[in-house]
Amino acid sequence: MSILVIADHNNETILPATLNAVAAAGEIGGDISVLIAGSGCDAAANAAAEIAGVSTVLVADADEYTYGLAENVAPLISGIASNYSHILAPATTYGKNIMPRVAALIDTVQISDIIKVVDVATFQRPIYAGNALATVSSNEAVKIITVRSTAFEPAAASGGTAKIEAVPVTGEAGLSRFEKSELSKSERPELTSAGIVVSGGRGMQDGANFVMLEKVADKLGAAVGASRAAVDAGFVPNDYQVGQTGKVVAPDLYMAVGISGAIQHLAGMKDSKVIVAINKDDEAPIFQVADYGLVADLFDAVPELDKELG
Amino acid sequence: MKILVPVKRVIDYNVKVRVKPDQSGVELANVKMAMNPFDEIAVEQALRIKEAGQADEIILVSVGPTQSQETIRTGLAMGADRGIHIEADQETEPLSVAKCLKAVVDKEQPGLVLCGKQAIDDDSNQTGQMLSALLGWAQATFASGVELAGDNAAIIREVDGGLEHISVKMPAVITVDLRLNEPRYASLPNIMKAKKKPIDQMSAADLGVDTTPRLTTVKVEEPAARQAGIKVGSVSELVDKLKNEAKVI
Repeated sequence: MSILVIADHNNETILPATLNAVAAAGEIGGDISVLIAGSGCDAAANAAAEIAGVSTVLVADADEYTYGLAENVAPLISGIASNYSHILAPATTYGKNIMPRVAALIDTVQISDIIKVVDVATFQRPIYAGNALATVSSNEAVKIITVRSTAFEPAAASGGTAKIEAVPVTGEAGLSRFEKSELSKSERPELTSAGIVVSGGRGMQDGANFVMLEKVADKLGAAVGASRAAVDAGFVPNDYQVGQTGKVVAPDLYMAVGISGAIQHLAGMKDSKVIVAINKDDEAPIFQVADYGLVADLFDAVPELDKELG
Repeated sequence: MKILVPVKRVIDYNVKVRVKPDQSGVELANVKMAMNPFDEIAVEQALRIKEAGQADEIILVSVGPTQSQETIRTGLAMGADRGIHIEADQETEPLSVAKCLKAVVDKEQPGLVLCGKQAIDDDSNQTGQMLSALLGWAQATFASGVELAGDNAAIIREVDGGLEHISVKMPAVITVDLRLNEPRYASLPNIMKAKKKPIDQMSAADLGVDTTPRLTTVKVEEPAARQAGIKVGSVSELVDKLKNEAKVI
């Protein structure tokens, strides 16, 4: 097997989900290469070369890859696809955007969001927001796959000594243009890789009240998340959303505060190791998945929790 | 300009899905079906573009069994102009749906295709991107803002770190995210009117597309159920349990 992993990176560093995708590649087994498509991306390429288990880092360094636009990156990948038995990308918004375009360019079906490698051709993936798990097998010559990061322990970021090779660039497609990004600035850990996540829901009543959760999160070294209801109500930005269509998390501890537990929210957090629910409605569905439930008004419980944590 | 909106018939999002005892799939018989919620958002956006005078006609396309026509009628009742039903009895994969849609685009020559970002049944999140690749068009996925201006569209995308603004050349495929808009309800007069709107019927074979699945579903199973835990009586008990029992803080 010869496996290519498409790195999600920001030219400087490799994003953590890439390490989970490398781990999935390791479970398939075979020679693992990582592609860095970017511009001025030497730092990211060097970091990729240190990932344990990677033999080759391919670098495509050109202006057209700076912002990871699918129309430019997909032809780069489809052009080298026939060298590989599998092409994997993390199921981040970057991977989800690009991989189906690659798949269609080489007339191949894609397997999205795998959570388990059964064998080199067979993979398990969630369907219906994780309410069912499908095991599918593929005869495609090149298997195009996206990887759910929370389902695979990350590969070690250091210890590897891959060689770095340049690959020919494919040019500007001239179809789309990056204008600007509005990225949330946060000193807290990244939501999908944090060991502890503290999330608020509609019960928070107002964006300003998230300050309470942030105080607790900072004491725990946790990331802050939110339910769709809280994002839709404008309490917090979209990138806080945990759920079927937001981010999927599986931390050691997930605290759901003022979250009722809609199916689509559970889909994003039910694989967490320990779940805590704080909700004043003792009938809330979140209690059916919580290891520890506290029926209480969050406006009393959260400040008390803050105090207890010192 | 015409706008093409692909719509998919899926199990209603309120229904708790059940896996078939033989593990061949999910029970679809006697289950309430509805339009994929993301596709409803795409239909709504198309209607708003038309109401702003930037489009003349909205065409809905659905690939699926005969009952997919009900899904098309739902969108026609919201205000779309006509429908195209591409009959396919077996489950269709995103790539073959994208090929069917490409054939329709070649015939109808729309200036824009608006899709839901994913269907809530197979959660694939592929069809829009694949269609865009087959057409050689620009793609704008996970859109929470869409502004058309001449030959370009200004798009706000929901990405992992926050929001991204891009500009895409038209014609383009745009896949829509949750917060783009809130779809309207169909009024009774519009539901009545929708019954008279035309739906063209054809098969995937008529379009020269083979929809035989290329992936084999080995089995479909229920995920391991999570056991409900305990209720604690106070915040201090909770902190004690997390420290000393679960050992996670």
